[in-house]
Amino acid sequence: MDIPYTVEERPDTGLNNAKLGIWLFLASEVMLFGGLFSAYIFLRIGAPEWPGTMAGQTFATSFEVLNVPIGTFNTFVLIASSVTMVMSWASLMMKDFKKYKLYMGLTILLALAFLVVKGFEYGGKFSAGMFPSESTFLAIYFTLTGLHGLHVIGGIVVNAYFWGPGAKMWETDPDRFTNRIEIAGLYWHFVDLVWIFLFPTIYLL
Amino acid sequence: MGHSTSIEEVKKHVKTYYMVFGALMVLTVVTVAIAYLHLSIIPALILALFVATIKGSLVACYFMHLISEKNMVYLTLGITMLFFVFMIGIFIFAYYGQEGVYVVP
Repeated sequence: MDIPYTVEERPDTGLNNAKLGIWLFLASEVMLFGGLFSAYIFLRIGAPEWPGTMAGQTFATSFEVLNVPIGTFNTFVLIASSVTMVMSWASLMMKDFKKYKLYMGLTILLALAFLVVKGFEYGGKFSAGMFPSESTFLAIYFTLTGLHGLHVIGGIVVNAYFWGPGAKMWETDPDRFTNRIEIAGLYWHFVDLVWIFLFPTIYLL
Repeated sequence: MGHSTSIEEVKKHVKTYYMVFGALMVLTVVTVAIAYLHLSIIPALILALFVATIKGSLVACYFMHLISEKNMVYLTLGITMLFFVFMIGIFIFAYYGQEGVYVVP
């Protein structure tokens, strides 16, 4: 038996089930990240100094603790990956499977690049003795960027599946496969969107 | 966006995607430039969130196709936004006018 409404719209919701499902999931994600953002605001306005003292040094701005050029570079990388993601979907809509493979491959590579850069950033902090337990600033920094990083890893796993073994569905059910890429894209753009807010609030304020 | 979208329409979308890409890159530079102005926290926060909101809206409207979605998606997001604003608001109201609240540059 086929699963109903994987591609065709349900008459009562006007959406296919996959799309309603991903939007409900993203709604819960808004609350997850929103809760942590409000925690950040709460901690920040209640702190006599920010980012404050950590690893024996006192900092007056988050500029001095975090590397703004690296953070900016990673913002470019993630935005570019969002573009390649939407292009991989558009390629399928234009029935160009080769281009799909190219753009999806690029999306995965850009996501990996983001993680590698983030890894170097984390490594630099750890080697300077800056651990989450050192200060409130570092605690919320590692929590927010760490959770975001987990989302990037999740996106890479899903996208790698659709780039590799999952892509076989293009032969048997192209409409459903295209829809899957659109749904995976919605998730990926959300991860990009979270970073768009994370970057200025944590790195620049 | 349903599977009935024509190839011609998708080609138009592709142009939009690259324009949005350019806008996002420029706005990222703007975000960083604002930070280097070293404004005090309130104007810096307002400006940073304003630019981030424009960027976020571009991603949501064009990459996530929210500009032309079904009502059920808008309803889901509308309810989410209500809860989100409530969650942020509850902290701000709880804190408003209390002692020991610092706004540091």
